[in-house]
Amino acid sequence: MVIKMINKKYDNIVEKHKPTETRSKNALVAFLIGGVVGLIGEGLIQLYCCLWHVSRTVSSVYMIITLIFLAALFTALGFFDKWVNFARCGLLIPITGFSHSMMSAALEYKKEGPIYGIGSNAFKLAGSVIVYGVVSAWTFGVIRLLIGGSLL
Amino acid sequence: MIEKLLLSFLFCGAVCLIAQVILDNTKLTPGHITSIFVIIGALLDTFSIYDVIVEKVGGGAMVPITSFGHQLIHGGLQQAQGMGVFGLVMGMFDLTASGISAAIIFSFFLTLIFKPRN
Repeated sequence: MVIKMINKKYDNIVEKHKPTETRSKNALVAFLIGGVVGLIGEGLIQLYCCLWHVSRTVSSVYMIITLIFLAALFTALGFFDKWVNFARCGLLIPITGFSHSMMSAALEYKKEGPIYGIGSNAFKLAGSVIVYGVVSAWTFGVIRLLIGGSLL
Repeated sequence: MIEKLLLSFLFCGAVCLIAQVILDNTKLTPGHITSIFVIIGALLDTFSIYDVIVEKVGGGAMVPITSFGHQLIHGGLQQAQGMGVFGLVMGMFDLTASGISAAIIFSFFLTLIFKPRN
């Protein structure tokens, strides 16, 4: 009886402490992986600047395309899902997450054919980002123009 | 050079950290969080705050999804200088076009080549 109670108490304590530990671990992993992705981004910009003598603006476009390509390729090869499960927001918040969501949706619906499968489902997950991005950008843009006083 | 690399690590890591904390402590899904972060990016660029961050941090500020919202409104406002509200619509995708087009093209051709796993 006493042992049972002690066990129950113990279980309660374990239950209490378990989630916070994984939470802080998740947060740390997301910070480190996300930071490394940002580091790679800035590193690629500087590399392309030196390599091809292009301006920083052009170089950043190349960098974005490189990251998108790598994320799409790794998703297609199958091991990016495991990385995302491990790093969570560390890989979902950078542009790699956008590419990953498009690629995995397109792969998943491939069997339904090129039009109703790949074509209409590619933006199944990434579409919300574009919709809310455009709506909010337009709304804030109008506000900015109203404040700035150059509406027409 | 080195300073920008360090700032990129810290900024991009901090954005991901905030997202992870929101994900773990609320019922929001990654879809909600990416949408919210795009809106935050657009909001920050309404008064050119994100421009300052990009200037300081460099690549680390262009990688998170917040920069997508920033680029949408930035292209729109550039066109809106002479065209007003219609310029806002015309220039919306000026800066993000490369990223979205690349994502569509790569995912289409890679889908044709590869088979779905699991």
